[in-house]
Amino acid sequence: MNIKKIMLFALTLTMLLLASACGNKDAQGNSQNKNNGAKEEQGSGSIVVSGSSAMQPLAAAAAEQFMQKNTKADIQVQAGGSGTGLSQVSEGSVQIGNSDVFAEEKEGINAKDLVDHKIAVVGITAAVNPDVGIKDISKKDLIKVFSGKIKNWKELGGKDQKITLVNRPDSSGTRSVFVKYGLNGAKTAEGVTEDSSNTVKKIISETPGAIGYLALSYLNDDKVVGLSIDGVEPKEENVINGKFPIWAYEHSYTKGEPKGLAKQFLDYLMSDEVQNGVVAKQGYIPVSKMKVERNAEGKISNVK
Amino acid sequence: MAKEFSTASERLLKKSNRAALKMEMRGKSIVLISAILIIAATISITIFLGTKGLQSFLVNGINAVEFLTGTVWDMGKDGGNGPSYGALPFIFGSFAVTFLSALIAAPLGIGGAIFMTEIAPSWGRKILQPVIELLVGIPSVVYGFIGLTVLVPFVRNHVGGQGFSLLSGMIVLSVMILPTVTSIATDTLRSLPGGLRESSYALGATRWQTIYRVLVPAALPGLLTAIVLGMARAFGEALAVQMVIGNTKELPSSLLDSAGTLTTIITLNMGHTTYGSVENNALWSLALILLIMSFIFILIIRYLSSRRQYR
Repeated sequence: MNIKKIMLFALTLTMLLLASACGNKDAQGNSQNKNNGAKEEQGSGSIVVSGSSAMQPLAAAAAEQFMQKNTKADIQVQAGGSGTGLSQVSEGSVQIGNSDVFAEEKEGINAKDLVDHKIAVVGITAAVNPDVGIKDISKKDLIKVFSGKIKNWKELGGKDQKITLVNRPDSSGTRSVFVKYGLNGAKTAEGVTEDSSNTVKKIISETPGAIGYLALSYLNDDKVVGLSIDGVEPKEENVINGKFPIWAYEHSYTKGEPKGLAKQFLDYLMSDEVQNGVVAKQGYIPVSKMKVERNAEGKISNVK
Repeated sequence: MAKEFSTASERLLKKSNRAALKMEMRGKSIVLISAILIIAATISITIFLGTKGLQSFLVNGINAVEFLTGTVWDMGKDGGNGPSYGALPFIFGSFAVTFLSALIAAPLGIGGAIFMTEIAPSWGRKILQPVIELLVGIPSVVYGFIGLTVLVPFVRNHVGGQGFSLLSGMIVLSVMILPTVTSIATDTLRSLPGGLRESSYALGATRWQTIYRVLVPAALPGLLTAIVLGMARAFGEALAVQMVIGNTKELPSSLLDSAGTLTTIITLNMGHTTYGSVENNALWSLALILLIMSFIFILIIRYLSSRRQYR
């Protein structure tokens, strides 16, 4: 009995070791295969795109169109969040990593290894429940609302309703952009926290006195009201000419300069066909239209 | 003829013996391999979570005691005093929803089980059994969505607060663990030897006296196992809870306050953080706490089942 037990234990251990060894080998083999595939002839091979879940529909739609034209190409688009995308592209397990934020802003990523391709621009604004009766807010008041100093909408001339904050998780790209450019980096008070934009929109539209922040593409109906900030309406034109302050790039990162299929796909993403097609259709602003640009440190300059 | 037959049968017997032996060996090795794979998977997950979860303490230098007792969880993204990792609000939130939901589900589930086994064994079972199986089959995201659409506004309008609260989380979870509690409690009660019931009736006890003086005490360890298994499920549930509890990072002061749990903070942040960063490692540490807790739940269940007198 005892001998049997020991044998079983030993067997388990060897299995474990074998499994882990196999795992490593497999991973290496796979990435090598993929690299080889990417170096093949024009419009063929296979690549994996991972990252930002906000960008996933955009990348997936573009990939589908691309694959219709290049039937030999295989592009898989996964969503796992910006952090996952950046991690995976820097360790080489995917060829393109999508992110809502600059790689420089994420801890634990060697941004020097990565090449940034800005695909689209997304405007973000504070969105409120239509019942609060406010359409315009000054940045100063916005900061007071989100830091919990103003607790009732009547203090801002709206209805007598308690303010309910709808936040995103600490690590969310949308949150960091909104806090950085909408609240000048102020610390936000605690509130209901949800990740998905659809859930956030649902909560804002159903909770009296709720305020949160959403991409402009989610403000296409009257369920929630996108606030003007300091009198500037949250509109595409205002983001393009730099009047509206809260916006961010949607980035696609590659490790080193892109090669093969990855390069072709990125070129395709920047082509007019996609920029004026899928990008505009999904509510993003084509990056080619922008009259201002922003670097990783947040400095704004005019496009030459 | 007879001789021929006997040799043929002998031959057949021998052949089949060899074949059977082969089958036996093959079967044995298949089940052995499955068993080893299951054990290997469990051990590797434990080792992986252990190494990952300890990294925030060993590599990033987060104080383990502060991690378990601190009340401020701040990844240091927007202003404030820089990063601080105190997971107490989530640990508290997880335990709070778990115990509160068990508080609702335990009496309901055991009540249903008694109804099915003792009061109306034939038609009660015919109705209740499919209902409970249906509850098991509903995916947790659906529970969450119903909770978000129906329960949260109801709590806000009729009870108070924002609606996103411990109360909502507890109600959703209690419905989710109800089938677990009920079905295990039913099995326990049904497996009690019939002699218990008959001797109780023979002594002149009424049905009700039999149930609460004889059957429930006899089945107690099994009933407790049912509750603990339900609690283990509640503790690990993420999606449904995340949609109704509000996911704040502060300790709730009442049932109507929003709260967060270990699972919800992991699901909300995991995709946004990069591998190897402090935030990511801190999330792995939360996952390690979840694993340790589920081991503890298993230990409790093992202890309880060792005390079962009637099987």
